[in-house]
Amino acid sequence: MSVLVYTENWDGKFKKVSFELASYAVALAESMQLPVAALSLGSVEASELEKLGAYGISKIYTDTNEGFNSLDNQAIAKAVSAAAVKAGATVVILAHNNLGKAVAPRLAVRLKAGLAAGVQGLPVTTSPFVVKKLVFTGKAFGHVSINSTVKVLTLAPNSFGLVEKATAASIETFDAGLVSADFATTIESTNKVTGKILLQDAEIVVSGGRGLKSGENWGQLEELAALLGAGTACSRPVSDEGWRPHGEHVGQTGKIIAPNLYFALGISGAIQHLGGVSSSKVIVAVNKDPEAPIFEAADYGIVGDVFKVLPQFIEAVKTIKSA
Amino acid sequence: MKILVLIGNVPDTTTKIKFNADKTAFDASGVQWIINPWDELALTRAVELKEAHADKIESIVVANVGRAETEATLRKALAVGADEAIRIDADAKDAWYVASQLAKVAAGFDLILAGIEASDYNGSAVGGMLAEMLDMKSVSAVSGIELADGALKISREIDGGSQTLSMQTPLLAVVQKGIAKEPRIPAMRGIMMARKKPLNVVAAADAEEHTAFVGFELPAPKAACKMIAEDQAGELINLLHNEAKVL
Ligand SMILES: Cc1cc2nc3c(=O)[nH]c(=O)nc-3n(C[C@H](O)[C@H](O)[C@H](O)COP(=O)(O)OP(=O)(O)OC[C@H]3O[C@@H](n4cnc5c(N)ncnc54)[C@H](O)[C@@H]3O)c2cc1C
Ligand SMILES: Cc1cc2nc3c(=O)[nH]c(=O)nc-3n(C[C@H](O)[C@H](O)[C@H](O)COP(=O)(O)OP(=O)(O)OC[C@H]3O[C@@H](n4cnc5c(N)ncnc54)[C@H](O)[C@@H]3O)c2cc1C
Repeated sequence: MSVLVYTENWDGKFKKVSFELASYAVALAESMQLPVAALSLGSVEASELEKLGAYGISKIYTDTNEGFNSLDNQAIAKAVSAAAVKAGATVVILAHNNLGKAVAPRLAVRLKAGLAAGVQGLPVTTSPFVVKKLVFTGKAFGHVSINSTVKVLTLAPNSFGLVEKATAASIETFDAGLVSADFATTIESTNKVTGKILLQDAEIVVSGGRGLKSGENWGQLEELAALLGAGTACSRPVSDEGWRPHGEHVGQTGKIIAPNLYFALGISGAIQHLGGVSSSKVIVAVNKDPEAPIFEAADYGIVGDVFKVLPQFIEAVKTIKSA
Repeated sequence: MKILVLIGNVPDTTTKIKFNADKTAFDASGVQWIINPWDELALTRAVELKEAHADKIESIVVANVGRAETEATLRKALAVGADEAIRIDADAKDAWYVASQLAKVAAGFDLILAGIEASDYNGSAVGGMLAEMLDMKSVSAVSGIELADGALKISREIDGGSQTLSMQTPLLAVVQKGIAKEPRIPAMRGIMMARKKPLNVVAAADAEEHTAFVGFELPAPKAACKMIAEDQAGELINLLHNEAKVL
């Protein structure tokens, strides 16, 4: 019995989420008194692999088959399943992001395992194995009991955080046994978001709604985000209008995020919007309408014109940063 | 080409969520049921494709695992443009169980569309599980599907960008935002025609369940919002720094 965590990489480097997954896996394994191992698929250098040791991972399996870079869901599920069998894993942990959501259900079937997706924090109890997750798109929490011998979890991003625990990691080459025919996802083009904080990784998110009136008015919002090292997001009508890219849309039908700090600027706070952001630790609302429902969800608020408030925010942040 | 669209039956997105007294089950009294928003978009895209390629797409079938009360939702799917509906008569309580039921009716389809998650239990599971049970290729986070010569041109979101893929059928696509612009609203003619389209009820097969919800909780009510005057906006940033300590 052991805990296995599937760590994701991109361009040869671990994604930030991988370190959170490692921290989580180590804590979970400790609470269940089980050994823990990590799996890395695709081209990642040894120096990068060792970074997992900083988060308490002592054993790393790596299969550097380049085919994995195609993110073929079935191939990755096969490989994680092979590693889980090799490691005797009874709990397998993935990220609740695009890749983790694609692989986890396939993996669960291969391992005859129950799956809980978007888990928040450590299990409520480990025997029976009960985890907490958001249900009804952020409107409530559910406690799910996984009753199979092997359990697959996807961890909600930012729900656990990073926990450092220096450990020497031993790296073992692992051959999941996949051949080129397994990789049947043919990529024609890739469009990378570069130089920007990934929305799901962002600890601070600055978000704009229809109150900003047009796509040309995002300059100050972006300036504030850049100063804060924050990600940028928007409400659905904003991306529907084409003012901002679809990847920025948060809410019930967009991304669900849980940053430490969420700025809702010119956003009314419709229930479908709140579903995607209500797990944020602190919410700031700026809206000229004192009756806007966003103020019921917010911790700090200003009734006023976003275009008068933003320059003051920017100045105040500059002052704090220079102090 | 035959397309299967999976249809989840979920509470309307504006539903106020409440639970029974011991908080072990959702209280569905007074709830309006709708097609899961992702599935509605998936179906819309399937209908658009069929309209654009009448020569290539033979039929669109929709399937749901649920009891008789989900038939209104399936009828709506027929009104939007599906040709045939299948209801597998069972309580849908666990993703594994639901996928196992769907696997029994999913043979022979070239393209299967599932939503990225059901808006009630947010399992993000059924599509991928079904693909694995059928040993079929799948692509997730799909935001676009086009028919190209002998292949499918798929757009998908990846963590940190997006990609265009060329995929062969049979394929299961787990779809999300962008797959269709707006859900299609059934027209009167569609509603009339839907009454005559086949809605077949199939008995459930034996299947395992691996998960169960044992309790629910509503988020703790928020403390009142601290208000700052518009001309003192900088003070709010200072509070975030000194009081909330998130800056
Ligand atoms: C099935 C379904 C799913 C949905 N999913 C989502 C989703 O995922 N995400 C989402 O966001 N929405 C979603 N919606 C839409 C949602 O219902 C709202 O329509 C939407 O969130 C409103 O966006 P908004 O707040 O930007 O715009 P509005 O509601 O138009 O609000 C604009 C706000 O800006 C304020 N304002 C105007 N000018 C200024 C100014 N100068 N300074 C300060 N404030 C100003 C106004 O007072 C107003 O409160 C969904 C709807 C449905 C039916
Ligand atoms: C009375 C009742 C009680 C229920 N109680 C629970 C409960 O306690 N826990 C629970 O998890 N679920 C419950 N459900 C069912 C739930 O809505 C789903 O049908 C099923 O559990 C899968 O949920 P999921 O969140 O994993 O779906 P996801 O995996 O998130 O769904 C993804 C996609 O799979 C397809 N899909 C999902 N469900 C169905 C379906 N039933 N038929 C056809 N396609 C489908 C859709 O395309 C959907 O977009 C209940 C349903 C009923 C009628």
